[in-house]
Amino acid sequence: MSEHAQPVSLRRGLMTPGVLILSCIALAGLAAAAYRFVFGLGAATNLTNQYPWGLWIGVDVASGVALAAGGFTSAAVAHIFHRHKYEVLVRPALLTAMLGYTFAVIGLMADLGRYYNIWHPLWPTMWQGNSVLFEVAMCVTVYLNVLYIEFMPIVCERFIGHVNLPGPLKSLNRPIDALLRLVHGTLAKIMFLFIVAGVVLSCMHQSSLGSLLLIVPYKMSPLWYTPIMPLLFLLSAFAAGFAMVVFESLLASWTFRRKPEIVVLSSYSRFVALFVGVYGVARLSDLMIREAWGGAFAGDGTSFMFLAEIGFGIVLPFALLLSAKGRRSPAVLLIASALVVGGVLLNRINVFLVAFKPPYAQTPYFPSVPEILVTVGLVATLVLAYRVCVTLFPVLPVEEHETLGEAKTAKKRRPAQAGSHA
Amino acid sequence: MGISTLDRRQFLCRAGVAGLAGMTLSEPALAAADEVGGYGVLVDTTECIGCRKCEFACSQSNKLTELPLEAFEDRSVFDQPRRMTADAYTVVNRYGDTAGAVKPTFVKAQCMHCLKPACASACLVGAIRPQANGAVTYDPWKCMGCRYCMVACPFQVPAYEYDHALTPKVSKCSFCFERVSQGGKAPACVDICPPMCLTFAKRSELLGLARAKIKAHPEQYLDHVYGEHELGGTSWLYLTSRPVTELGLMEFGEKPIPEYTEPLQHGIFKHGVPPMLLFGLLAVAMKMFDSKEDK
Repeated sequence: MSEHAQPVSLRRGLMTPGVLILSCIALAGLAAAAYRFVFGLGAATNLTNQYPWGLWIGVDVASGVALAAGGFTSAAVAHIFHRHKYEVLVRPALLTAMLGYTFAVIGLMADLGRYYNIWHPLWPTMWQGNSVLFEVAMCVTVYLNVLYIEFMPIVCERFIGHVNLPGPLKSLNRPIDALLRLVHGTLAKIMFLFIVAGVVLSCMHQSSLGSLLLIVPYKMSPLWYTPIMPLLFLLSAFAAGFAMVVFESLLASWTFRRKPEIVVLSSYSRFVALFVGVYGVARLSDLMIREAWGGAFAGDGTSFMFLAEIGFGIVLPFALLLSAKGRRSPAVLLIASALVVGGVLLNRINVFLVAFKPPYAQTPYFPSVPEILVTVGLVATLVLAYRVCVTLFPVLPVEEHETLGEAKTAKKRRPAQAGSHA
Repeated sequence: MGISTLDRRQFLCRAGVAGLAGMTLSEPALAAADEVGGYGVLVDTTECIGCRKCEFACSQSNKLTELPLEAFEDRSVFDQPRRMTADAYTVVNRYGDTAGAVKPTFVKAQCMHCLKPACASACLVGAIRPQANGAVTYDPWKCMGCRYCMVACPFQVPAYEYDHALTPKVSKCSFCFERVSQGGKAPACVDICPPMCLTFAKRSELLGLARAKIKAHPEQYLDHVYGEHELGGTSWLYLTSRPVTELGLMEFGEKPIPEYTEPLQHGIFKHGVPPMLLFGLLAVAMKMFDSKEDK
């Protein structure tokens, strides 16, 4: 199976209209970030003493980490449980995770009042083990490094035998090549440690992100506040992780005009269905046991957000993925995986922003223009970085010969079995 | 205000406490309370006249503003309920209808200095700590500005210096930690309070005083000391004539906020055993599935 799916660097021009648009958004975000760092959080954000956390924590950090879960879920399936047919999905997922976590930390830097102290939780004299956030900070820091290490072999593969520094640096070519080979060889022997560690660390901080708001029993809507928030966060991270890989793979096929990996994806989407199902059952039975349905049909904004999260984020995609026929259709897969990803995103927004009902709040929180620009800019930069990385490094398992026309017909009419590569 | 007046006020305060508390507390209990346990302040909301001098003293003592006393005599601020800000660690609000059917009650708000503070449990770098003398203090040098303490605080007390671009601080009442540490000198707000509605003493003594007051004037007080048991207890205690929810205070259970997260946190990560266990399990699974495939 792996013969046809060797990841390769994508040799394709970078300057496309899409890239130009993304660059403009990224620049706008950069300008907004500069504004925040020069004039402070007060000038740039709508945060208040009652709403100390806003869009940047809810979306850039909490949602970013959840949507980057594909890195560890795919590694677990392909490498720990040795489902090798999913091997082709591991590298793109790993890249997404690496970029996702990196950008979550960058987003966090914008939000921290004293961002230059971001290293403080790592300093032993300041450790505060009672804090949920301490555990999250430690895990994310270590996991970010694990992700970089997991990505190292891809960098090595790209440059081994191709180190070609210009001019006087030429003499360094051989030592660098030797170093890359050494790193590659060493990592190959011990990589399993990092893969397992990555899964453990992910389970820890994905659930702990859900424990963060356990500390506000008096400030949160009962539609979301539950002692099992950590479990729900973990299960939804699994669902989001699997869904994100499917969604992204289809999106990449479309963007880079490739055949979708439909056989692999439709099989992989069973994991999405499984975890959305388990998550949905846990979520709904928790609501029933706590008899917390009260506000669900109140007709206000909060109840609308709740119903949207459950209906479009859990029930609808689960129904779509239940049928084998649906799972074989790229369109259904794209919609269902997008719904799951969107549903988990909505859940994090709901938990951190909508469900948070602080006392004494005079005005409800809504993000400012600079806040939105920074967030949108970060997403645009992430997509650009992804684009650059798949161009530079062997990440995507794709063939070079397809044309636009072929890809389009492939998307529209190709029966599922045809997805298996000739 | 000279040293002598301060000392005199303090003496009167302490004497009053001892006298009243003596009615209900036995001597050994008082002696023990003096050795252990932190300080507190009893806020008698039935005595407060809304002069806002505590706001002025706090502002002066903590160098928050340079506003003169006259600026704090503006009573129109009572038309809207106010909350603490980066420039005001304490505010007085008026509750009750102005038509005069119910006598308005003035309530001073500030950090409650919880005995089991949520903010300190939340802070990942230990910048916020409960001190032995009852104060919950903040160290801006450790702080990284994540504002999780503000999220966590059930009383919604900490404010943030959002307008400082480089060195913003979490701002909240420090219980005049420096002063209180100097042999139990009273905080600035207590010192200035003219009608003695604020009483500074050991918390255990204050509880005695509060009960004595309730017993002596049952018609004036509800039989409840707000802060005695709420969320595991607070150093600042309130006596009221009306339900606290009518006075801008929230009702709470007795379970301390940290107990909503800490047992779980320590359970899941006890000595790192569960994560190591998961690591081992996954490593074994990895090996097993690998050899299964070889066959």
